[in-house]
Amino acid sequence: MIPAPRGALSEILLERIRETDADLSAVAKAEPDGSEDAHLALWVLYELHYRGIAGVDDRLEWDPDLLRLRRGLERAFEAELRVRYGAAAPEHTEPFADALFAYMDGHKGPAVSTYVQRDASREQMTELLRHRSIYHLKEFDPSAWVIPRLPVAPQAALMELAWDEYGTGDPNRLHRHLFARGLAACGLDPGYASYVDDAPLEILEQNNAMSLFGLHRRLRGAALGHLACFEATSSVPSRRLALGLMRLEMPREITDYYTEHVEADAVHDQLAVRAICGSLVEAEPELLDEVFFGAFTCLDLEARYAGWLLDRWQVPAEPRS
Amino acid sequence: MNQPEHFDHPDVVICAGGPMLLRGDHLVADADSELHRTTRPVSAVCRCGKSANQPWCDATHKALPAKLRP
Repeated sequence: MIPAPRGALSEILLERIRETDADLSAVAKAEPDGSEDAHLALWVLYELHYRGIAGVDDRLEWDPDLLRLRRGLERAFEAELRVRYGAAAPEHTEPFADALFAYMDGHKGPAVSTYVQRDASREQMTELLRHRSIYHLKEFDPSAWVIPRLPVAPQAALMELAWDEYGTGDPNRLHRHLFARGLAACGLDPGYASYVDDAPLEILEQNNAMSLFGLHRRLRGAALGHLACFEATSSVPSRRLALGLMRLEMPREITDYYTEHVEADAVHDQLAVRAICGSLVEAEPELLDEVFFGAFTCLDLEARYAGWLLDRWQVPAEPRS
Repeated sequence: MNQPEHFDHPDVVICAGGPMLLRGDHLVADADSELHRTTRPVSAVCRCGKSANQPWCDATHKALPAKLRP
């Protein structure tokens, strides 16, 4: 997997990191042409921390020039995310779990799943699967960075959820593996990040936000707020997607992935909001607003993707319900 | 020196307005006395009666008005 560049920055980055003993100082000083270029470059830099990139020396994960470039891109992205959140920051009320659930329920952005359940064509469904594959093939991995950075109670709670995400020791139940099998059954490429060139800016932003939150200890509150929101907004849409896949008579393996998430995420949303985030804000009350920032970012980036996709499909946007 | 804290960790958790969480391995009888074995580390049992995946929660309670939630 080597993505196609989307501007001057991603072009020089992808070119230089594949050269032997390349001088990367010019890469660190390069400027992006725009948001897609910046987010593809950031995505590439993050991938050095996950599975690596074909033809790229693994030692570049900790190269100071690349870390300098990453820091600049992250600062701009985080600042933008915080501006978006600024207007939507809640008045915090007690108890915490009720307040977070109510905050998420109150965010009525456009949703893809209602249209997909009733009307999407097979071509549209496979396009959605290709986009989703960028995250689902590394499902939960960004949240796993947070594990060693937590007080006792939220650490135990996060592991309880992670154990299920990672298949309770059975590789066949590992969620990313379930998704890979679903892709293959649909005739799609199950290879890691195979479809990154199809990913619009909104998908790159979603993936980069999770890596940003996961890789910085100071952002652990946002990482867990994002996780809680991701889990809390998954069960009902997963059922709609499963119904859409059955309507289109798509393979059982991909339907199984979403059916598994109907049941799993009905558990995980309670665990993530109450046990993980609840115990985090009890142990570290100063992180309360960060949890809401993470949750908002999850909602906002999904709404942006849904808006982009429905517009592309020329479907009137229906609010999430 | 502070003593490390002891944490409550119940096997059964009633979630306000949502399901009942069960930790560990259990055999659950549904309303028709059919038996269902838990398959995950923590399972959510439907309390609103509207789940399409009985006896397990499928988050349908989120679609109910607050006063109709369990």
